[in-house]
Amino acid sequence: MAEIAHGGPAATPMRPPAIEIGVAGWVRKNLFNGVWNSLLTIVAGYVLLTTVPGLLDWAIFRAVWSADTSAPCKVEGAGACWAFIADKHRLIFFGTYPYVEQWRPLLATGILLVLIVGSCDRRFWNRSLMIYWAVGLVLVAVLMWGGVFGLTYVSNLDWGGLPLTLIMAVVGCVFAFPIGLVLALGRRSHMPIIRWLSVSYIELIRGVPLITVLITASVIFPLFLPAGVSIDKLLRAQVGLILFEAAYIAEIVRGGLQAVPRGQHEAADSLGLSFFQKQRKIVLPQALRMVIPPLVGNFIGLFKSTTLVIVIGLFDLLNSAKAALTDLNWRGFSIELYIFTAAIYFIFCYSMSKYSQALERDLNKGTRR
Amino acid sequence: MKTLNVLAVGAALAAVAAAPAQAGKTLDTIKQRGQLICGVSQATAGFSRPNNQGAWEGLDVDFCKAVAVAIFGDASKVRYVSTTSPQRFPALQSGEVDMLSRTTTATLTRDTVNGFNFAPVTFYDGQGFMVPKKLGVKSAKELNGATVCVSPGTTTELNLADYFRAQKMQFKPVVIEKVDEIRSAYFSGRCDVYTTDASGLASMRAVDAPVPDDHIILPEIISKEPLAPTVRHGDEEFADIVRWSVYATIEAEELGIGSTNLDQMLKSEDPGIKRFLGVTPGNGKALGIDEKFAYNIIKQVGNYGEIFERNVGKGTPLKLERGLNDLWTRGGLQYAQPFR
Repeated sequence: MAEIAHGGPAATPMRPPAIEIGVAGWVRKNLFNGVWNSLLTIVAGYVLLTTVPGLLDWAIFRAVWSADTSAPCKVEGAGACWAFIADKHRLIFFGTYPYVEQWRPLLATGILLVLIVGSCDRRFWNRSLMIYWAVGLVLVAVLMWGGVFGLTYVSNLDWGGLPLTLIMAVVGCVFAFPIGLVLALGRRSHMPIIRWLSVSYIELIRGVPLITVLITASVIFPLFLPAGVSIDKLLRAQVGLILFEAAYIAEIVRGGLQAVPRGQHEAADSLGLSFFQKQRKIVLPQALRMVIPPLVGNFIGLFKSTTLVIVIGLFDLLNSAKAALTDLNWRGFSIELYIFTAAIYFIFCYSMSKYSQALERDLNKGTRR
Repeated sequence: MKTLNVLAVGAALAAVAAAPAQAGKTLDTIKQRGQLICGVSQATAGFSRPNNQGAWEGLDVDFCKAVAVAIFGDASKVRYVSTTSPQRFPALQSGEVDMLSRTTTATLTRDTVNGFNFAPVTFYDGQGFMVPKKLGVKSAKELNGATVCVSPGTTTELNLADYFRAQKMQFKPVVIEKVDEIRSAYFSGRCDVYTTDASGLASMRAVDAPVPDDHIILPEIISKEPLAPTVRHGDEEFADIVRWSVYATIEAEELGIGSTNLDQMLKSEDPGIKRFLGVTPGNGKALGIDEKFAYNIIKQVGNYGEIFERNVGKGTPLKLERGLNDLWTRGGLQYAQPFR
């Protein structure tokens, strides 16, 4: 029997009213705590009840998972035709890359993913990370192009699918970010020519849609080259993407720079730091931390924008998927295909978004109230 | 097929002024490179599309192969570059591709202003109308006031407007971009008429119609769409090789030579066949290529009939009739100039 120090019998512990705990309590607190919420819950519940069973039935219970032809999918009452995706997965993932060599883009994709995921861990944030990236990117290039170590040469016009999308997005980020950083600093510079150059570049690029940049790069630009000189289609698209992205990153970073209090600059100056020391050690770390959300938003945008290379005839993930649709033996399964492709994009974009939230929490520990 | 894009015209016209005259001979460049670069579509069923292995196949692709065989004796020496409608002409003009084999309609403007030459037509197409039988319509002239499903930004849309204006009839267009959606719009009865190239109508009727016999394709063909491989001005020798590579496939079918009886035909006493297959030399030398180029093309790619049947014919999901694409001897338009 518990004797309490001040004497007297222990107060019987009392449970909170049943209505506030357990399932009922949670439901009441979160779903029915007011007229409006109750109404919304009922409407949402009704919508879910009417759609979800049908959706599950279509997508899972009645779905056709494997078949050599489309016949089983066309039977009355058949659900989603995932067999179509199974039949086409190599085309969707690797596009027009030579079939027997497709282990190479697979490996390259693996390397890129390992690099990306590895870079997310803050324990690896040091100089050697750059070396890993350099080595990784060279490996990816060797694997994709080949032509050395007994690998057959594969022109980048034949690259396709997920590796192409990833490469364009990663290379886009890797190169656009430093350019954007320089442009942002340039725009805030006190030297008029540098400032004007940065401003006009940023405003010019932001004034046109990405698709215009890509069409210019792929349709108009080649006509101005001297006869016989032609710059690779993929390279042109990639450069277009980088230049475009850099302008947006510049503006995002500038937002961060402006939010760093003036006192920080003055403090750095009073310590006698040079311009670059000041930016690198004092200003940028604070500025960049503040702009993580829009920056990641921008990278997600870039990842999705790579699909626009469809207008210049490159087989990125979405375009390869569309090419799969032209197989007339499997006609009429575009919904399954688009759901599948959307799921891939969602996985990438959602993980980027989740990671940025975690990073934000982590980096802002010192300032959180 | 007819995806004449506003952009394409704009870009192509802009290109005319800026297009550099091709200095090096196209043929020399190709030989030096050891590979023909052939501009194809982004994926068009039956004409050019990557298959499950990511390898290109289709009727247009087979003519790229035929040209590669003529030059190198090897159908695999082609690099396919996928081009969009607006992009295809600048790509050809700037030398990014050596030739186009991309469901491109031969027209006067393209032949002259754009600076192209067209090889013989590899596929004759034309725009037609499909209607449900229950409407009781027998001719396109009875379509006054009809609702017409059509895809935007193509010559199809323009031809449709031209035709109805010329016939002094009214129509309500239902403009839908995605083929899938157009299909379901037509079959669900949102429009009375569907119009596109006749080949497209035939395959849609054969494959997508719940009951094919419930729909008829009206006899009027309101436009001509001769689809032909395209090369740029400036290298007549290369243009000749492309032209005679296409003719070789047609001539072979006329002569009754196919990939199955090819080697027997080598022993034929017919002087025409002997000349054609290079047993009697002359044709190859005149073109500056292997004397056996026609033999090689038939061996590796097949004759026109085989190419047609393999990609778009009865045995394929497109289920197209030969129609205009039959030999002239059987009432079609395919006619090779003499090999002598």
